[in-house]
Amino acid sequence: MQALLLFLILFPAAVAFLLLATPKGRARQTVVSVSAAVIAAASIILAALVLSRGAPVYFAVGGHAADLLIFAAEVALGVIVTVISIRRKQYLAMALMLAGLIMTVVYEVWLANTVHAESNLFADNLSVVMTLIIGVIGSLIAFFALGYMEEYHHHHEDVPDRSNFFFFIVFAFLGAMNGLIFANNLVWLFFFWEVTTFCSFFLIGYGRDALAVRNSFLALKLNLCGGLAFSAALFFLTLNAHAISLSELHDLPGGAVLLPVALLAFAGLTKSAQMPFSSWLLGAMVAPTPVSALLHSSTMVKAGVYLVIRLSPVFAYVDGGKTVGLFVALVGAVTFLLTSCMAISQNDAKRVLAYSTIANLGLIIVCAGIGNHKLAWAAVMLVIFHAIAKSLLFLSVGTAEHLIGSRQIESMDGLAGYLPRVAAGMVVGIAGMFLAPFGMLISKWATLEGLVDANPILTIFVAFGSAVTLMFWVKWLGKILIVKSAPENVETRVPRTQSLTLAVLSVMTAGVCVLFPLISKYVLEPFIFETYRQIYWQDMNNIATLLIMMATVVVLTVPLVFPGKQERHFRPQYLAGANLAEKEKFHGAMGQDIQISLKSLYLQGIFGESRLFPLGVLSTLILIIIMLGVVV
Amino acid sequence: MDVTATTVIGILIYLAAAPVVGGLLTGADRIVSARMQGRYGPPLLQPFYDVLKLWQKENIVVNRQQKVYILGFFVFVIITGCIMFGGGDLLLAVFALTLASVFLIVAAYSTFSPYAHIGAEREMIQMVSYEPMVILTVVGMYMATGSFSAADIARHDGMLFLHLPFIFLGFLFILTIKFRKSPFDISMSHHAHQEIVRGLTTEFSGRDLALIEIAHWYENVFLLGLIYLFFAPVPVVAVAVTLAAYFLEVFIDNNNARLKWQHALGSSWAVTLVLGVSNVVLLAFR
Repeated sequence: MQALLLFLILFPAAVAFLLLATPKGRARQTVVSVSAAVIAAASIILAALVLSRGAPVYFAVGGHAADLLIFAAEVALGVIVTVISIRRKQYLAMALMLAGLIMTVVYEVWLANTVHAESNLFADNLSVVMTLIIGVIGSLIAFFALGYMEEYHHHHEDVPDRSNFFFFIVFAFLGAMNGLIFANNLVWLFFFWEVTTFCSFFLIGYGRDALAVRNSFLALKLNLCGGLAFSAALFFLTLNAHAISLSELHDLPGGAVLLPVALLAFAGLTKSAQMPFSSWLLGAMVAPTPVSALLHSSTMVKAGVYLVIRLSPVFAYVDGGKTVGLFVALVGAVTFLLTSCMAISQNDAKRVLAYSTIANLGLIIVCAGIGNHKLAWAAVMLVIFHAIAKSLLFLSVGTAEHLIGSRQIESMDGLAGYLPRVAAGMVVGIAGMFLAPFGMLISKWATLEGLVDANPILTIFVAFGSAVTLMFWVKWLGKILIVKSAPENVETRVPRTQSLTLAVLSVMTAGVCVLFPLISKYVLEPFIFETYRQIYWQDMNNIATLLIMMATVVVLTVPLVFPGKQERHFRPQYLAGANLAEKEKFHGAMGQDIQISLKSLYLQGIFGESRLFPLGVLSTLILIIIMLGVVV
Repeated sequence: MDVTATTVIGILIYLAAAPVVGGLLTGADRIVSARMQGRYGPPLLQPFYDVLKLWQKENIVVNRQQKVYILGFFVFVIITGCIMFGGGDLLLAVFALTLASVFLIVAAYSTFSPYAHIGAEREMIQMVSYEPMVILTVVGMYMATGSFSAADIARHDGMLFLHLPFIFLGFLFILTIKFRKSPFDISMSHHAHQEIVRGLTTEFSGRDLALIEIAHWYENVFLLGLIYLFFAPVPVVAVAVTLAAYFLEVFIDNNNARLKWQHALGSSWAVTLVLGVSNVVLLAFR
């Protein structure tokens, strides 16, 4: 099992270097497809092995040499990023990077030999969930990128083709993510943490235009702040508690562990793009769509929430942890509410998706911050459902963008008519994101039920946030499902890698909805019991009701997809009696012929970014300052 | 009697009796409204005659999908009621009702009709307006009784109203939206004087419109069932309050003109924040 674990970290890294030298075309296609399949298979095998063990497995792998190697790699990467920052005249980024480097070196020289982790790597059911998300969804996105990146360079001839570098980073990213979730030694975890920061920095800056460069440095700076907090946490943990393992955090006395844990939570908040740090994830959408899909679903932001979920037993059990956890949860709650509101005011599909990601991560943070067994269940379920549905949505939007030349929701009128499969992917994704009885709603429901017991005040945020969530999804869904007269199907131009990925992800989105009781029973419940010594038990009646509802929706889609021949009288829509013979046109008041065009509400005056974003930044900053103040 | 039997009986009674009760209430509503306006009004059974008439009409549609969406609306409104009257989880019932509304909105969107589109958007705003209060109502019921299950809440010893007086008032407020009564009947209205073209349902006719009407009856009975739960230990009082609430809404309906959507959203959120939130906070620090 240990070999497989190391394989999952090192193999993607090796493939990354191979791809740097692989020419595009057939050769790259083969390498990417085969290694994506290998990574997916390896993560599934590892999952099966860990699940059959039924208990966390610890590995004492590594040693002094490995520690030194990691230290050297960290310094080398830090130097590279510093040099790039100087070349781009980004002195703040340079300063942050240098500060991080100095802290790393000081730690290595001064403290590294004073503590030792019993085991550097480990795997439990939560790691299994994460590695499946990384290995399966991440690999699928890499596969999708094969066709997409070729098209991307057709559409963006001004962008230099550095797709070798692109695939290098994508696979390095997957390896680093696997390292991050298997690391038990926090120094190792920190190394992988920083690598994911650098990977996202390079991916966001892929286009190399002014905006891409600016946004990539924004992401770098904010995540380096998180990195500094992480680094500081290592110092305090070593000095105060003489501990360095993730697994022993919740056994330590409150006085020693609260400050490092608050700093780690801070790092988690930056990486998961919670307010006030959300702007980096919004800026990240300048990158090609597979990058967004990767950042939002299987890597990066999921690393942030992963860490906070790992900290949740500390919030729940360590003396004084509840207060820190409450403030973490409040940051998540404010983020959930405000970003859901702001999503209403957006027309750019990718921006809506970005806001929805931040909102859902906020909900996960709420769950993890309170950290009882019910909410931990909800948090992990949210991670699973969100990863699949969000990658599907991003990739569908990316595919549609290349075909219709726009990613504005306003230009998606009647998409179901002329891009039926891509639209189906979007509809499945959207339904999975907010609608009963699917995916996210199952976990949102568990969240509400868990919060009422733990802290009813937080349900107020969820109640309002869920209501506004409805609006931005439904108006998008409605746009896609408009029926226009005789549209031309343009779907034949979708590359095979893309349509295949979309189909697989759609099936997976539906699959996890149907199979969630099994996922809960065999994957989550053992983890919850292991961590919290409490059984989370789902009411069978409710599961049965959910399944009946799912079946009903499936039955209803049959006549949508396969219309029977019924006797009906078709009439054009009512246009105040001024319809023209030509469909969807009417005789205007000034005597001209007018085509119907319908625009959605965006409620800028109420939910506009300019109103709500500063409010969110201010309130979450205050919350974070109080959180850190409480432990200092 | 064991739980499964009561569940099945509850669901069967709901399926059979809800449209009758809902239709009769609508008939009474029309008589009372007429009297308030100095008219004599239609017979009590007029809503049933209307639906029967609609059912026999020609099948006219804009597209072939809209009927399926409307069927989805109808089915999920009924499932919502079945969950509650079968003693199930109230949060799940609320979510099922949301799904039903989404089906109705998508049906209106699909027609690509300007009037239906405006109605659909307003329906969304109505959802955003009432949803927080509905969720907080269920949350409050849990905090008072320790259960989300309708059966447990109905069997709870104390009267829920005594713990949730503000939530009850807040729920009454948003009930005006859910019943599609003035001043909040902004997505579509039962009154001809409110609008020129009928919003959300502009493009629906015949059986589709009949289904929407029957679904509305089912929905009303579900909502009145929630009101009943506040007073469940004393059934006489509960029925009386439920009927009083219904006729209060009729009274409000006849004494108000339609408001703008901004007011619907603003006032319901304000009411939710003041009444709903304060009640939840009171319960939390009890």
